[in-house]
Amino acid sequence: MSKSNPPSETRTEAGTMKNVGAPGLASSARRPALSLSKGGNLLRKAAQTILLCAAIIALLGAGDPATRFSEIGHRMMCICGCNQILLECNHVGCPASDGMRNELMAAVNRGDSDSLVEQSFVQKYGPTVLAAPTMQGFDRAAYIIPFVALILGFGLIGIVIRSWKNRPVPAIADGLSPLGGPELDQFRTQARKETDL
Amino acid sequence: MAEIGSFVLLLALALSAYSFIAGMIALIFQRQQNPQLAVAGGGSFGGASRAVSDQGSFGAILRQGSERIGETARRAGIATFLAILLASIILVICAFNNDFSIAYIFHHSNRDLPGPYKFAVLWSGQEGSLLFWSLLLAAYGFVLRLRYKVDTRLFAYASVIVAGVQVFFLLLLNFAAHPFAIMQGNIPADGSGLNPLLQYPEMVIHPPMLYLGYVGFTVPFAFALGALIMKYPGEKWIHITRRWTMVTWAFLTCGVFLGAHWAYSVLGWGGYWGWDPVENASLMPWLAGTAFLHSVMMQEKRGMLKMWNMWLVFATFWLAILGTFLTRSGIISSVHAFAQSSIGDWFAWFLLITLLVFTFFFIKNKSHLRSEHKLESLVSRESSFLFNNLLFVLLTFTVLWGTWFPKISELVQGNKVTVGAPFYNRVAIPVALLLLILTAVGPLLAWRKTSLESLKRNFMWPTMGAIVVAIFLMVTPQSWGSVFGLKPWKDISYFYSLMAIALSVLVTLTVASEFYRGGRVISKHTGQGMFASMVQLTHRNTRRYGGYIVHFGVVVVIIGLAGAAFNQDREKEMGYGDKMAIGPYTLICRSYTEDDSPNYESQWAMLDVYKDGKQIGTMTPVRRFYHASQQTSTMPDIRSTLNDDLYVVFEGVNQDNGHPILKAHLNPLVMWIWMGVWIMLIGTVLALVPNAPAPVRVPAAARLEHAHAAPVATGD
Repeated sequence: MSKSNPPSETRTEAGTMKNVGAPGLASSARRPALSLSKGGNLLRKAAQTILLCAAIIALLGAGDPATRFSEIGHRMMCICGCNQILLECNHVGCPASDGMRNELMAAVNRGDSDSLVEQSFVQKYGPTVLAAPTMQGFDRAAYIIPFVALILGFGLIGIVIRSWKNRPVPAIADGLSPLGGPELDQFRTQARKETDL
Repeated sequence: MAEIGSFVLLLALALSAYSFIAGMIALIFQRQQNPQLAVAGGGSFGGASRAVSDQGSFGAILRQGSERIGETARRAGIATFLAILLASIILVICAFNNDFSIAYIFHHSNRDLPGPYKFAVLWSGQEGSLLFWSLLLAAYGFVLRLRYKVDTRLFAYASVIVAGVQVFFLLLLNFAAHPFAIMQGNIPADGSGLNPLLQYPEMVIHPPMLYLGYVGFTVPFAFALGALIMKYPGEKWIHITRRWTMVTWAFLTCGVFLGAHWAYSVLGWGGYWGWDPVENASLMPWLAGTAFLHSVMMQEKRGMLKMWNMWLVFATFWLAILGTFLTRSGIISSVHAFAQSSIGDWFAWFLLITLLVFTFFFIKNKSHLRSEHKLESLVSRESSFLFNNLLFVLLTFTVLWGTWFPKISELVQGNKVTVGAPFYNRVAIPVALLLLILTAVGPLLAWRKTSLESLKRNFMWPTMGAIVVAIFLMVTPQSWGSVFGLKPWKDISYFYSLMAIALSVLVTLTVASEFYRGGRVISKHTGQGMFASMVQLTHRNTRRYGGYIVHFGVVVVIIGLAGAAFNQDREKEMGYGDKMAIGPYTLICRSYTEDDSPNYESQWAMLDVYKDGKQIGTMTPVRRFYHASQQTSTMPDIRSTLNDDLYVVFEGVNQDNGHPILKAHLNPLVMWIWMGVWIMLIGTVLALVPNAPAPVRVPAAARLEHAHAAPVATGD
């Protein structure tokens, strides 16, 4: 799980926001909770209020320039050849990262949207400046294929399980018939009771 | 010395080729003479098949002849190891003697390089690391050929396959990446020096561990392919290779995490895993190998997944080679600086040939791998292993897909893209969390069938515990530490971290409950204390309970990884007395200076570290400039605690005023990762220990009278 999010500044900001926002959240949540017995509508309203508060808190963080700088900077690569995330490029005298950081800061201060900042960086430095494929064009395949593989895998397992379940019970020598159904379950329960495992 | 080294390498190639060809001839002859040998355990390494006595006949003469050829092949394999060992020793001696007439020594050593690193020169560059790879493979082959009496026929097949792989590496060493190649022109007075990043104590052990893991998977693969070719009956080959696989897996685990620790301690960017193609190359066989270690139990216990296991063990071996191909061919760009050369083509051909050979024998003999068992219930250990394997393979595929995607993108849309941490975080973490759920559920499921009632009973308390911990982490004040006061709705990474920690608690509690319930049974019947009972329980089934300890190690690692969501960093130019605050720590610059040594000159700063107003220590991050290679390297100073790592890097100096520029990272829970790895290794070692003998069985009549018979340990 590598770092992909805002480092300390964000976390510290988030902590400050928590102190401001939490009581509000708590009180908003408390009021409908007291009226739960009055009906389902109140419950729905309570849920909506909680969601709204959470969204406001999250959006407050997202609009902060320092947070945006950190978030976008962690989605970009330094292009000096070090293969590091822009804000993690750690060598002083790097010919690229200082300039890129300044450009990013200027764009964030101007209020450019995330996509606009990313587009301008891609135009200037090429698509490899983005630390991950975008959600456009062929790049989407990067994200879709693993999940398609997951779904196919589940499907395949379903087929395997079905075929295994439908398989005939292997024959046992000397005319003995294998146990099954309730008799087998009874033996299992007994075995578990005796071993307590 | 270079001439002797070259000659020895050539000799090793000849011996290895002989071991391969003669071994193959011996097996073919024996197969033609008596196909039953394939199932009788008779061997091409002499001895066992002599029991079949029809002496005096032409067939007996032929068989004896083929046995003798097989025996010479075995001995040639042993001699290959000695030859490659000698070549490696010669290369190391050349490094210690500063023999810069050898190009490899010139490029990777220098006169002032400290002794241990001169030893590490053996695996510091392309040619040397291939020689080292070959040496380890020969060492594994050596052990395999010494232990041939376990099953002479199967070991003969495995020996031939290992010899085949060895031939490939020796061909590479002799004709494409010669470690004893001579410098052209005048002999330089001093070498270019070892890459500064490699001049770190861990680099003396990280590559050997990693290579022991990579190379080691050749052995289970060789046994699997051998068993497939000879249509080996039953699952005995799995029992034989179980220890090989576990030891290899332990080495690979150790290698992967040592690499992560090295990156963390040396590269100075504050992280331990950058999803670089070389890192991915080590992770892929580890994931596939882990899947194999689980699914192989299905084959052992229930005779299922035979075909799947064949492909898994092949995939593990193949991915280890593929990783090497990726990083040395230059196809995928990586920060790991191996020279790009034509050896990529050699690896590509080798990968293709091994795939074709394996596929051929699989298609030819797949009827032998049919399983007959029936799945009784979806809620069973069997189905949990199926899903476990699906997720491991999917993770492997995701890493492979992410590693190759830049190349695929270039082919499809004409431009490369970067596939870095944000991609893997988005795609791999959800799958890893699903895997963690299975790790919790799996041990609670019985083979064949589990009643929902018992699952509910066993699962309820661990689930409640996990939920309580999750709520606790959310409601506690943030001042308690980085992972407290966690608000998962604020950021997806916080949500993942909370899930990872909660599921880790779930796994821990299920593992603990397994120990507790088993221990309680023994305690009840023997009157021992709970701890002694648990020890006895573990000793009775080391594989099962060792495995649980490995699972516990994994969750400790996961908790450590979850801490990455709360990383913080600060960068500041610091003069005398300047302060920098990060998290609960305050750093005050007490001094900064320069130093000089024959190998490098260094700049360093001395910082006093305060926490809650009290000085708790001093840190001295260093930046070095190596004379020979003319390269700089940082040596971060790391102050590790269970709660967090304070990681300070000397990034450089402001040329105008001489003040050092320092970067401090606060990385929560990192120490848990390294602790978890130790636990995983302890669990693996425990799983390798033989089980204690089964308790004495008490006759039924006696049992009725004395209700104190100890229970027999359950299966895996």
